[in-house]
Amino acid sequence: MANTHGSYQIKSEVVNRAKPIMLGVAVLGWVGAIIAYFSNHDQFFSAYLFGYYYWLSLSIGATFFVMIQRQTQAEWSVVVRRLAETVMTHFWVLVPLFVPILFGLHSLYEWTHTEVVAKDKLLSGKSGYLNVTFFTIRVVVFLAIWCFLSWKLYSYSVRQDTNGDPKETKRAAWLSAPGIPLLIISASFASIDLLMSLQPHWYSTMWGVYIFAGGGVSFIALLILIAVWLRSNGILDEVITVEHYHDLGKLMFAFNVFWAYVAFSQYFLIWYANMPEETSFFVNRKVGSWLGVSLLLAIGHFIGPFIILLARGTKRHPVFLPVMAAWMLFIHAVDHFWIIMPVRNPNGVAWGQIWMNIATWAAIGGTCGFFFLTRLSKHSLVPVQDPFLEESLEFENA
Amino acid sequence: MAENKIYGAIAAFKSDTEILEAARKVRLAGYSKFDCHTPFPVHHLDQAMGMKRSKLPYFIICCTIAGFTLGLLLQWWTGAVDYKLVIGGKPLFALEFATPILFEASVLLTAFGAVFGMLGLFNGLPMFYHPIFNAEISKRITDDRFLVSIEAKDPQFDATKTTEFLQSLPGAEEVQLIEA
Repeated sequence: MANTHGSYQIKSEVVNRAKPIMLGVAVLGWVGAIIAYFSNHDQFFSAYLFGYYYWLSLSIGATFFVMIQRQTQAEWSVVVRRLAETVMTHFWVLVPLFVPILFGLHSLYEWTHTEVVAKDKLLSGKSGYLNVTFFTIRVVVFLAIWCFLSWKLYSYSVRQDTNGDPKETKRAAWLSAPGIPLLIISASFASIDLLMSLQPHWYSTMWGVYIFAGGGVSFIALLILIAVWLRSNGILDEVITVEHYHDLGKLMFAFNVFWAYVAFSQYFLIWYANMPEETSFFVNRKVGSWLGVSLLLAIGHFIGPFIILLARGTKRHPVFLPVMAAWMLFIHAVDHFWIIMPVRNPNGVAWGQIWMNIATWAAIGGTCGFFFLTRLSKHSLVPVQDPFLEESLEFENA
Repeated sequence: MAENKIYGAIAAFKSDTEILEAARKVRLAGYSKFDCHTPFPVHHLDQAMGMKRSKLPYFIICCTIAGFTLGLLLQWWTGAVDYKLVIGGKPLFALEFATPILFEASVLLTAFGAVFGMLGLFNGLPMFYHPIFNAEISKRITDDRFLVSIEAKDPQFDATKTTEFLQSLPGAEEVQLIEA
């Protein structure tokens, strides 16, 4: 196929410029994380879980995005699909990075303390599910599912670049059909195991959807920023057009409304029923400065972005949209901070310890980012032999 | 009906590429009151015709805000001002329980604004008579012909000059004036 849209390959000087920055971020982050571990290891493990789950949720969002596009055989998204597929492969890095959490189970989770569980009727009732062996098995199974899905979807797509076989598209659609429920169910259970069980007395049936929706919004935001980064280096700037940004903006908006809908439903039902075992989560997040964080989430995660992204103009704007995307990535971090940290610091935000969160966030993010750049330079930035590529290049919003 | 009352001039085309070109030329010739009639939606036709985006969204957002405000006032005034009644130990008014109704009221007026705004204010439907069907060829715009019509109301309209202009468009056939 004649390539009239500039190079589909990333320029090596762009990667070579970005890689040392990513490596620097990762190294600084890991140094910070190690210092954090030795200064306060309980606080460190909470911060590590925060950083870990943040990047995990983005990759879950990426896998969901890729599978939805594959399953619906979407045409518009083909030009950004390879970028999403590369974010999806972060799972391969996130597997070894899970190991530190296994060492921190005792710091993180109350239900690992057998003497506490024995005295607690509720916790001993739940101990058939919440015990270290079963927990570890579950997490291994989840990571295996995600690695399998991402590896398969990634290799179908990359293989098609060389063999041009349209059957690869069919295969990806076939895998996505069972893959979507498999991913969502495993992601729900993972969020229950890793995040909800931080407060083992509390439960919410909305939890899995809530975490999943947050990851969905932030992944779209990340995808927008990656595309903008490429554009600023003159790569794919005629391939990913304003029409694609418009659609990504719409998706980010829609996912954010979905997040807000789920978050509110969860809060509303708990508020209305007013039962002590359910209200504890929100009561704990009204204490001290946590109240401010809760309000920041309501306004900064939903109301503000909703009003700003509602207009067509902001979704097509070359500056507004990436700014909103960066904001969504920030507020997603606030969301996860708000979920994880009040368990460790119940009286308010531990301002003096936030650097630990930043360090672990940068450590895991930098590692993923370095891996991302390495992957990205190995293949074409666009699935060049995809049967729908032409349609995607010509795509326009009605 | 007056004999010489003219609605405008029409020209028929055989393909979507021809009508795209025709629409572009009509616009560039300076006509503003013209329309295209096609058997199916033709991509890029709105750009070729130079159509502006609808003003309807601005009307709709006003309806949304009105719905939100009315929903808020309704719940606050009935519950916390006019008839105070404690139900289930809940506050007389709280945003928590007001939100579903706020959402519903906003969506309701938004939908009303969109549907009735579209019908009443913007696109002129329902329409039981359109002069374009006075020409025999117009029956084929649901089948295999693409029509351009220029209205006599257009300031540039001139019965002879406009028909000559339409005649000059590539692929134009059955150019004629039609009665109102």
